[in-house]
Amino acid sequence: MASTTTVSKEEKINYLLYIADTALILSHRNSEWCGHAPVLEQDIALTNIALDLLGQARNFYQYAAELIGNNATEDSLAYLRLEHEYKNLLLAEQPNEDWAYTVLRQFYISTFLFYLYQQLQQNEDEQIAAIAAKSIKEVAYHVRWSGEWVIRLGDGTEESNKRMQQALDFFKDYTGEIYIAASYEQAMQIDMATIQKKWEEKITAVLNEATLTFSTNNFSHTGGKTGKHTEHLGYILTEMQYLQRTYPNANW
Amino acid sequence: MQETKNNNASAEELKKEVWNVVKNIPDPEIPVITIEDLGILREVIINDKNEIEIIITPTYSGCPAMDLIGWSIKTELEKNGFKDFKITNVLSPAWTTDWMTETGKQKLKAYGIAPPNKKQIVCDPELFQQDEAVPCPHCDSYNTKLVSRFGSTPCKALYHCNNCNEPFDYFKCH
Repeated sequence: MASTTTVSKEEKINYLLYIADTALILSHRNSEWCGHAPVLEQDIALTNIALDLLGQARNFYQYAAELIGNNATEDSLAYLRLEHEYKNLLLAEQPNEDWAYTVLRQFYISTFLFYLYQQLQQNEDEQIAAIAAKSIKEVAYHVRWSGEWVIRLGDGTEESNKRMQQALDFFKDYTGEIYIAASYEQAMQIDMATIQKKWEEKITAVLNEATLTFSTNNFSHTGGKTGKHTEHLGYILTEMQYLQRTYPNANW
Repeated sequence: MQETKNNNASAEELKKEVWNVVKNIPDPEIPVITIEDLGILREVIINDKNEIEIIITPTYSGCPAMDLIGWSIKTELEKNGFKDFKITNVLSPAWTTDWMTETGKQKLKAYGIAPPNKKQIVCDPELFQQDEAVPCPHCDSYNTKLVSRFGSTPCKALYHCNNCNEPFDYFKCH
């Protein structure tokens, strides 16, 4: 890693929020499955993944809050920011639709986080490195779980294959955003080209095994990283922030 | 006040005393094992001013038990006359099941949870890998099958024993 990094405090805060928001929003989407998944074991698996992501988000928020100062806390960052202040990937906030959408989105994001954390473990910022080293072990389990489901459904029945194909077609306009760096992301000097290469190799291999085809699209929706979201995020925040908005500073 | 308590002891003695006071605090989710058995309790540091710091580390990032564990440590120390101490939650080095004590593993097994094997494939994203065979905590058979890598708490996986037909939890490698 470059030892002459000149990342500003503001850029670092924005970057921490970008990862934290992505983890939190994906966690929230997963938690919507609680009590609704096809079988009990998978309901439990997905809520476990939601909990891991929530924990990772908390660690990044706590560190961001420490850098922001000014009485910011992990809770104020999660519950009191508006859509345009959220920096998560658009991919994370898309509706769950069906099991195919849910596991494919998980696979895309978990695979990205896995290779990202591989690098961040060596980040010169010790706290970022510590959070990444902690998270990567959890994310490895998520990659395996979601990847296995992609294969199981893609190479399953005619119906499950059709559903996976629909999910694949829908998300192809969203994955590109991962690799279009926001300015604060560039400042972090992460080798995104390597992450993208590993990510594409992994995705392609798994989709091939699932008898599906990964098409690299030249077009991608963007904006999430700088606060321009799809309408879905507003609904998520409305639900997630309801309590703190209605009963400010409620505590238990 | 704690001052008298701290001043009467050498740093080494104080460290041992604090460790002994908190080591038997049970894990809130698996109360048969202690925070020492689990490797959550990492260190007691006494600085040259005889100030006490207790270092703990979470098992998983989202472990909901950490707040309660911190609170239990505080309560236990206060009950024993310590008033001034700091509890610090550290992430690095990341917790691993390799830190679990042998006693802890035996207690888990007696409780019906298969203890973790040695860490092997944790950080490998390859799909469909087989964990090393996990023996059934009830009948010791190795003829067992993974049902799900996720269970009732983040640290457990669901297994089924093909021999005695009992389902069981496995404290998965991490």
